[in-house]
Amino acid sequence: MNTPLLGIEELSVGFDTPEGKARAVDRVSFALERGETLGVVGESGCGKSVTALSILGLVPSPPGVIESGAIRFENSDLIGSPPEALRRIRGRDIAMIFQEPMTSLNPVLPIGRQVAEPLMVHRGLNRKEALDQAAQWLERVKIPDARRRMGDYPHHLSGGMRQRVMIAMAMVCRPKLLIADEPTTALDVTIQAQILALMVGLKQEMGMSLLLITHNLGVVAQMAARVVVMYAGQVVEEAVVSELFGRPFHPYTRGLLRSMPDPAGRPDGGSRRLSEIPGIVPAITEAIVGCKFAGRCPHAFGRCREQAPGLFDIAGGQRARCWLSRFPERRRTDA
Amino acid sequence: MLRYLAKKLITLVALLFFVSITVFAVLFVLPGDPAQIILGINATPEALAALRADLGLDKSFWGQYREWVGNLLAGRSHHSIHYKMPVFDLIVDSLAVTGPMALMAMGFAVLISLPLGIYAARNQNRHGDVTVMFFTQLGLATPEFWFGILLILLLSVQLGWFSAGGFPGWAADPIGAFKALLLPAFALGVIRAAILTRLTRSSMLEVLREDYVRTARAKGLRERSVIYVHALRNALIPVLTIMGLQLGQLLAGAIIIENVYFLPGLGRLVFNAIGQRDLPVVRDIVLFMAAAVVVVNFVIDVAYAYVDPRIKIN
Repeated sequence: MNTPLLGIEELSVGFDTPEGKARAVDRVSFALERGETLGVVGESGCGKSVTALSILGLVPSPPGVIESGAIRFENSDLIGSPPEALRRIRGRDIAMIFQEPMTSLNPVLPIGRQVAEPLMVHRGLNRKEALDQAAQWLERVKIPDARRRMGDYPHHLSGGMRQRVMIAMAMVCRPKLLIADEPTTALDVTIQAQILALMVGLKQEMGMSLLLITHNLGVVAQMAARVVVMYAGQVVEEAVVSELFGRPFHPYTRGLLRSMPDPAGRPDGGSRRLSEIPGIVPAITEAIVGCKFAGRCPHAFGRCREQAPGLFDIAGGQRARCWLSRFPERRRTDA
Repeated sequence: MLRYLAKKLITLVALLFFVSITVFAVLFVLPGDPAQIILGINATPEALAALRADLGLDKSFWGQYREWVGNLLAGRSHHSIHYKMPVFDLIVDSLAVTGPMALMAMGFAVLISLPLGIYAARNQNRHGDVTVMFFTQLGLATPEFWFGILLILLLSVQLGWFSAGGFPGWAADPIGAFKALLLPAFALGVIRAAILTRLTRSSMLEVLREDYVRTARAKGLRERSVIYVHALRNALIPVLTIMGLQLGQLLAGAIIIENVYFLPGLGRLVFNAIGQRDLPVVRDIVLFMAAAVVVVNFVIDVAYAYVDPRIKIN
C-alpha cells in the first residue's frame, strides 16, 4: 500500500474575529492518491478554500491560525515545515490556481514574465531560458499567438485567457499536485468547459494529482473520481463520484443534489421543481452542540442536537457524518 | 503621446494665463508704492511721479498687464527694481540653489519613507509598526523650520560638521555648496517622509491583501520578490501622486527653510522681492512656480504610465 500523495489529518484552522474565535476548518481529514482527482464540494464559507490555502501555508496570519492537525505531502508534514522549505514546495511540487483570474494576475507585470517566474525561482533558469519555456507553455494552454503576447499585460486578456495564463503559470514546474480553487466559477459556461477540458488534458499528460475545489456539482461529476463534501468547516460526506450521485447518504448532500438544476428534465417531460435547503449555515463563531446541520436537517432527532456525530463508514469507502448511519429508522421517507 | 503633450501644453498655457491675471491683480491692489520705496520717504512728488512713469506704474491696470505679458511673450526679461538686473538671471541663479535642494530633499524623503513604510506594513500592529507610526506622527506635527534649527544646533553649532548657513556658490566651492544644501534638504526631506511613510504603509497594506500577492506566494517566490516586485510596484501608484505634489511644492521654493539657512534660493528671492515691492520679480517668479508645478505633474503622469501599464498616455 503506497502512502497517499497528500494526507490531511484532523486539520483545524481558526480565525480571530471581533466576534470571537471562528473555526473555519474543523478537524478535516482526507487523502489524495497519486494521479487522482479529488473534488471538494460545499457552499461558500464551508472552509474548502481555507483548507486548500492551509496546504500551501498561505492562510493569512494574522488572523488565521492552524490550530492542530497534520498535512502530509510525500511523507513530510507541511505544517511543521520551516517557511523556506514550504516556499520551495510551493509552485514546484504543489501549484495552485484561483477563482478570480481577473485579480489573481499582477496587473503591472507582463504575463510572460509572470509565467516564467516559477522557472527562475525553482529551476534556476536564467531569464531568457525561462521566458522561452514560458512561451512554450502559453502555446500549450492555447493562448493564440503566444510568443507575441508575452509582453501583454493581464488587462489585455479576457477572463478565459487569463485563467489559461494562470494554468500555464501553475504548470511550468510540472507539479505533482495541482490545487484548483473554483477555477471556472468566474467564467462563462462555454469558457468553463474549455478550461476544464484543458485541465483534464494536462493532468493526464503529466500524471499529476488534482484537488478540485468547487461548489459546482456538475463540474465535480465531470472531473473527479472521489468527492469530499464539506459543511460548516467539517467533512460531512466522502464517497466515490458514482456513489455520491447515485446513493448520497448525508441529508446535506441530498439537499445539494436536489438544489442542482437538471437540464435534462424528467423523463416524463415535466420539470422537477428546484428545491432549496431551508435555513442558513450557522455562523462559524457560533458554538454548536451536536450536529452542525441539525438546524436545517429534515430528519434531525434528539440525538442530533445533543451529540456531534463522527464520520461513520457507510459502505465501500463511503463515509458520512450523520447519526442516520446508526439509526437508519429515523430517516423520514417523505423528506 | 503627441496628442497628450499637446493637451498638456494647452493646459499649461491656460493655467499660466489665469495665474498671471491673479498675480497681477493681487499685486496691483497691494498697498505700498514701489517708487516711494525706491526713493525713500523724503522724495519729492515730482520725482515720484517721474519714477512711476518710468516704471510704467501710471498706466491703467490693463495697460500694465499688457506690457508685462507682452514683454514675456516677446522673450524680453523684465528688470528687477531692486537688483537692477534681468529677472531671468535672478531666477536662474536662485534655481541653482532651490532645484538641487528640492531634488535632494525628495531623495531623502524617498530613501526614508519607502523602507519604513514597507517595514511598517509588514509588521502591522506590532512594535516596529507602532514605533514607525509614532515617529511619523511626530514628523507630521513638526514644523520644518524648527527641525532645521535643531539640525543647525546639533550638527553645526555643537559638532561643527556643517556651516550654519549661507551658500558659497557652485562655481567657487562645489563641495561646500553641496554640504550647504545637505542640512536644509534633510530637514525638508524628513518632514515630507512622514506623510510618505504613512501613505506607503497604507498603500502597501492594501496591496498585500490582493489576490495577485497570494498568487506570487503560491508560486513559491521569495518574500523579497513578493514584496519588492509584486507588491511595491502596485503600492507605489498612489504614493507617486503625493511625491509629485511635494516636489512641485519644493521647487516653488521653501521660503522658510531658505531663510533659516540663508540660502539665496527661489523662496528667499520672492520673499525679499515682496518686501521690497520689487513687482517685476514677484510676478515673474510666481508665474515660473506655477509652470514648474505643471511640468512636475506632467513628469508624474509619465511616471504613472511607466509604473502602471493600464494607464495609457493619450
